[in-house]
Amino acid sequence: MKKVFALLLTLAMVLSLAACGAKEETPAEKPAETPAASSDAGSVYYLNFKPEADQAWQDLAKTYTEQTGVEVKVVTAASGEYETNLTAEMAKSEAPTLFQCGNAQSLMTWGDYCLDLTGTDVLAEMTTSDFNLTEDGAVKAIGYCYEAFGIIVNKALLAEAGYELSDITDFASLKAVAEDIHARSAELGFDAFSSSGLDGSSSWRFSGHLANMPLYYEFRDDGVTAQPAEITGAYLNNYRAIWDLYINNSSAEKTSLTTATGDMSSGEFKEKKAVFYQNGTWEYAGLVEAGIASEDLAMIPIYCGVDGESEAGLACGTENCWAVNSQASEADIQATLDFMKWVVTSDEGTQMMAEQFGPIPFKNAKESANVFFNDANAYMADGKYTVTWAFNHTPNVDSWRSTVVSALATYSADQSDANWDGVVTAFVDGWAYEYNMQNG
Amino acid sequence: MKKKSVKNDNSTVNSLLVRRPIQRWFPLFILPTFLCFIIGFIWPFAQGIYLSFCTFNTPKDATWVGVQNYVKAVTDPGFTNAFWNTAKFAVVSIILINVLAFSIAYALTQKMRGANLFRTVFFMPNLIGGVVLGYIWSMIFDAILKQYNTYLTANAKYGFWGLVILVAWQQIGYMMIIYIAGLQAVPGDMLEAAKIDGANGWQTLFRVIIPNVMPSITICTFLTLTNSFKLFDQNMALTGGAPEIMAQGAKIKMTELLALNIYSTYNINKNWHGVAQAKAVVFFILVAVLAIAQQAATRSKEVQQ
Repeated sequence: MKKVFALLLTLAMVLSLAACGAKEETPAEKPAETPAASSDAGSVYYLNFKPEADQAWQDLAKTYTEQTGVEVKVVTAASGEYETNLTAEMAKSEAPTLFQCGNAQSLMTWGDYCLDLTGTDVLAEMTTSDFNLTEDGAVKAIGYCYEAFGIIVNKALLAEAGYELSDITDFASLKAVAEDIHARSAELGFDAFSSSGLDGSSSWRFSGHLANMPLYYEFRDDGVTAQPAEITGAYLNNYRAIWDLYINNSSAEKTSLTTATGDMSSGEFKEKKAVFYQNGTWEYAGLVEAGIASEDLAMIPIYCGVDGESEAGLACGTENCWAVNSQASEADIQATLDFMKWVVTSDEGTQMMAEQFGPIPFKNAKESANVFFNDANAYMADGKYTVTWAFNHTPNVDSWRSTVVSALATYSADQSDANWDGVVTAFVDGWAYEYNMQNG
Repeated sequence: MKKKSVKNDNSTVNSLLVRRPIQRWFPLFILPTFLCFIIGFIWPFAQGIYLSFCTFNTPKDATWVGVQNYVKAVTDPGFTNAFWNTAKFAVVSIILINVLAFSIAYALTQKMRGANLFRTVFFMPNLIGGVVLGYIWSMIFDAILKQYNTYLTANAKYGFWGLVILVAWQQIGYMMIIYIAGLQAVPGDMLEAAKIDGANGWQTLFRVIIPNVMPSITICTFLTLTNSFKLFDQNMALTGGAPEIMAQGAKIKMTELLALNIYSTYNINKNWHGVAQAKAVVFFILVAVLAIAQQAATRSKEVQQ
């Protein structure tokens, strides 16, 4: 009897342990319900990318279903789990009809599932094709929102220094204005540029966004559209010129840039100690909150001395692109395309998009309060070329950037040619090295 | 309150009635712990070794590739550099920490005012986490170096010595406690005999005290050795391996130690998971061999009291 009891206990222990180990993994988010298999009308299944916009999408889907009777299911993947969820969902019979395919890497994986959107109504509604992903002439995914970066300007301070925005049209004029302000900084009480900190909280502005300038122009010249194994660094002298301008015309000490943070830089701008501050559209809310009047803010392109750059617009890009599942049934595809068109044209749809995603590159887009987006749109409307996000091609991006930052810090402490060679090596050789690492 | 009926002495425990079932059923009693040990240690360890011969993204999709990972690991200049950094760091920090910790312990076992307070204060840095220390010290060093117009990650030397200072500051207190315990256990009659025999302070220290605290020295050198080889968070938070340079067609993080190198290798992308795993196995063998050798070497010098 005792033995039996002991054995039972053992068994219980083993089983409880085994039970712990064998716990089934459950998918992050299961669709609450499977839509009723609709017959002719077709239905929409959107696998949403942005968790913070989930509720807005759910509400919008409900409105659409009320208005048209077409079933719209929205499922949101947990942050950082999109690819995993997409892989799982695509394998099901009720696969998403509308999904996110945001960059070259994703296109490589999902290209076969992306319907060519050429000639669709929703594509005809777009104001720019800059954010679309194309492959062999086929439009595989369309960018439904975007972000932009450039040099944020405090127009009030600029006026105080005796200049206005229209005085700056290229690198030479930017340099003249910045150097003049820096020379008179003691008398004016502010400097030209906010600090170009190379601390981790700030360095991405330069190893990512600023580095986009030489990369963009190089790729434009060489017709590069996919990730190259090597780069030439043809425009690195321009990179040096703009970097020199930043650090020479700022109150920050050049040797302490490695410890200067992003908060310090934005702080200088918010406290009206600097006229220029390189950053993106996402800074708008914070700057207004800090007490800078919205009408005093503007964003200008990063000029770095490339020929014809007075025709440049802001650096705009996105990873938010819609793709329609080509493997879905005819009816479902049509329903999805109709839904997309409704989202970007209807009052409810554009309202929601403006609230959640800022201005969208569609004809019926609602105005956004964010002046930086309006600047970006104005440049586009003027027919200026958009500087696309070439840095999206960077191999092994974090590692590449940290090497560039290291070299940039060394150069900033002592702006010698030898130290600049170190930056060039980090940039060009680093790219080839990281490409090999990534694919090795 | 007294329990009357229960006899609580050895005779109860040793009685045959109690001993026999224990002897018969001991596998049952160690089973839970043993299972945990297998699940938590043996199995992952074996799997880790297996994975070092594979390419894998998650452990489930591993494919066997043979020794290729090991070839990549040992030919990586970053790994070699990290190894030498670690070796240098280990030598410097073992000597520095143990000498200082012993000296402080020696001073604090002398009769002096406030010795207990000092012990507490010296021990306190050990209570702060490595990442926090790394960030705090990077600020301190940067503030100091700023006076000389430079910064911590400007030069690999600054990063290296910065790390030495940080780790010494953190660990001296801990080792000091062990040495104090050792010093207090030195028999008073031996010290008295030495005094009567006319030994001076240095002679007493080297001929009587140090041989008697040899067990503490063994423990402390073992701890400092393994600590400096396994050092990770302080390294990551202080410099993160910076400065980074491109040399010999590869990238070298100048102040990176082995553990951080393994970590960053793993995070390159899934093609490098296996290589990082191979590095980790090499790292394990290295630490194990060193620790065993060091134990054998110092143990032989211990004296029986």
